[in-house]
Amino acid sequence: MISLSDVPARPGAVITPQIVLFAAVLLTAPFWLPMVGLYQYIGVEVAIWILYALGFNLLFGYAGLHSFGHGAYFGVGAYAFGLFQQEVAVSLWGGLLAAIAAACIAGMVVGAFLSHRRGIYYALMTIAFGQMFWFTAIKAHGVTGGEDGLLGIPRPPADFGIVSFDLSDNTSLFYFVVAVLLVVTIGLWRLVHSPFGRVLQALRQSETRAAFVGIHVWAVKWAVFALSAAIAGLAGGLFSMAQQSAYPDVMSLHQSGFIVMMTLIGGGLVSFWGPVLGVALYFVARDVLGSLTETWLLWYGLMFMIVVMLRPEGLAGAIHLLSERLRAPRARAAGQPAE
Amino acid sequence: MALFEAVHLHKRFGSRVVLEDVSLAFEAGKVSGIMGPNGAGKTTTFNILTGRFAPDRGAIRFEGRDIAGRPPHAIARMGIARSFQLMTLFDESVVVENVMLALPAFRAAQTRVATDVFADKALMDEAREVLALVGLGHRAFQKAKDLSYGERRALEIGVALAADPKILFLDEPTSGLGAEATRSLAALVRRLRERFTIVMIEHDMRFLFELADEISVIHWGQVIAHGTPSELMANKWVRRSALAEVA
Ligand SMILES: Nc1ncnc2c1ncn2[C@@H]1O[C@H](COP(=O)(O)OP(=O)(O)OP(=O)(O)O)[C@@H](O)[C@H]1O
Ligand SMILES: [Mg+2]
Repeated sequence: MISLSDVPARPGAVITPQIVLFAAVLLTAPFWLPMVGLYQYIGVEVAIWILYALGFNLLFGYAGLHSFGHGAYFGVGAYAFGLFQQEVAVSLWGGLLAAIAAACIAGMVVGAFLSHRRGIYYALMTIAFGQMFWFTAIKAHGVTGGEDGLLGIPRPPADFGIVSFDLSDNTSLFYFVVAVLLVVTIGLWRLVHSPFGRVLQALRQSETRAAFVGIHVWAVKWAVFALSAAIAGLAGGLFSMAQQSAYPDVMSLHQSGFIVMMTLIGGGLVSFWGPVLGVALYFVARDVLGSLTETWLLWYGLMFMIVVMLRPEGLAGAIHLLSERLRAPRARAAGQPAE
Repeated sequence: MALFEAVHLHKRFGSRVVLEDVSLAFEAGKVSGIMGPNGAGKTTTFNILTGRFAPDRGAIRFEGRDIAGRPPHAIARMGIARSFQLMTLFDESVVVENVMLALPAFRAAQTRVATDVFADKALMDEAREVLALVGLGHRAFQKAKDLSYGERRALEIGVALAADPKILFLDEPTSGLGAEATRSLAALVRRLRERFTIVMIEHDMRFLFELADEISVIHWGQVIAHGTPSELMANKWVRRSALAEVA
């Protein structure tokens, strides 16, 4: 079986075949999405949520720190982007930086309270803080617009000095989001194999042993929480741009639950790519099942339960198993022992 | 002055007094042994010496500095390493990574986010050297959980050794080992004693008496006897518990 802590097939590789495939699927999406009966905007949403999920899994899967209130940081990013446009200046870079910074600071503050906790206490605290952010977003009417949220958030152009790209239509916004996503993906792929990334995985396996080999457990837990919150904030900023609004619902407990479900169903506990599969499956389920039945969430929830009970390694694990099975008979035929 | 010294340690858990005035001193370059019956407070002593718990009272001095109450990672970074009675390894990770995580060079590289640890030759070589020392060179890319029991015990020691410690605390390294594995562990300790100061808790009297320069006996949270193996052989209490072990 695969696990997050496996030795990479090509140690040191910046670009792997999986990354190339991922990029190829994303970059060609505007051509094939209409062919499979989907629409451009879903691509934007999927790409944003993949970004969110990959950052989330750094914490949840790699470090084994179970946050059930991560929507808070996604939401903080969304509001920060919107408020920046409305209060400071209409600027893509400014807005995204504000989104990252605000979510990162929120993560640093909350992380300071969380990081000496473990297990169920950690999880409960993330929920408590998540609810606080959600509640504040609803009540702070003057800043956040309350239940209605911030409306009319613009999609500022991506200005690179000499060239400037208009992002007002969904296809160009999609390419922009994909560019951000690919940069973050390559960065995260590096990170999880770096000393810092391996330390995260050491914490998941034994905080005790980690501490006794000299790892400052609290500091690492704090840092990864803040980093993961910052990535959620970036995703949230892009989301408010995509939706052209920011509203408290993304911070709610059930929305925070979705990111957990996506990560788990996809196989985030065993594979870097698990969250990608999980997000894709969620949106396909929402749109395909959702067009067939209003109770699609029930079926999705059922699917989640089956995975958690029977296949905790999720889609990524199932795909791996399948490819092993397909490979094994061939290897045997060629006279080689199966791996 | 001893390299490592604990004076008048007291520790209670709730209303239960576990250590009652424990004083110990470990000399540089020596192998010190700690023995005593189950529940005597031996592991608790290690836990306090290595920072898992703070003592309620008493001082712990390492190279003259008081380290009582400092957190485990800070104590580990001073060159104080330990193994665990209940094996505590990074099970999902491969053997070489278990060791690598404990290298001081790895710690120094912790903020280098663009290095792939498995592509870093210096780190890999250093980790492999440690594995060779504990006889696990051929198992470098197995997952820790896939090792045999004896190999896992060796890896416990390997992880502690990786820190290149100034003092090494081993909590019942022979526990659960068969006769042959115990013999090869004794050979390993003999090799290690050339380079390291070692303190070990042991139930296996023959193993301990053969290897230790001096031994302390802990019973009911107190040090009830201390001396060289031959001095202790003459001690009534030790003889009695040694007989109990054989019977
Ligand atoms: N964290 C703790 N909380 C409460 N009681 C504890 C704790 N750790 C140890 N004890 C108690 O302290 C006593 C001494 O335990 P300790 O583990 O130090 O014994 P030991 O000498 O190592 O025994 P053994 O030979 O069985 O390993 C035991 O009665 C144990 O139950
Ligand atoms: Mg013990």
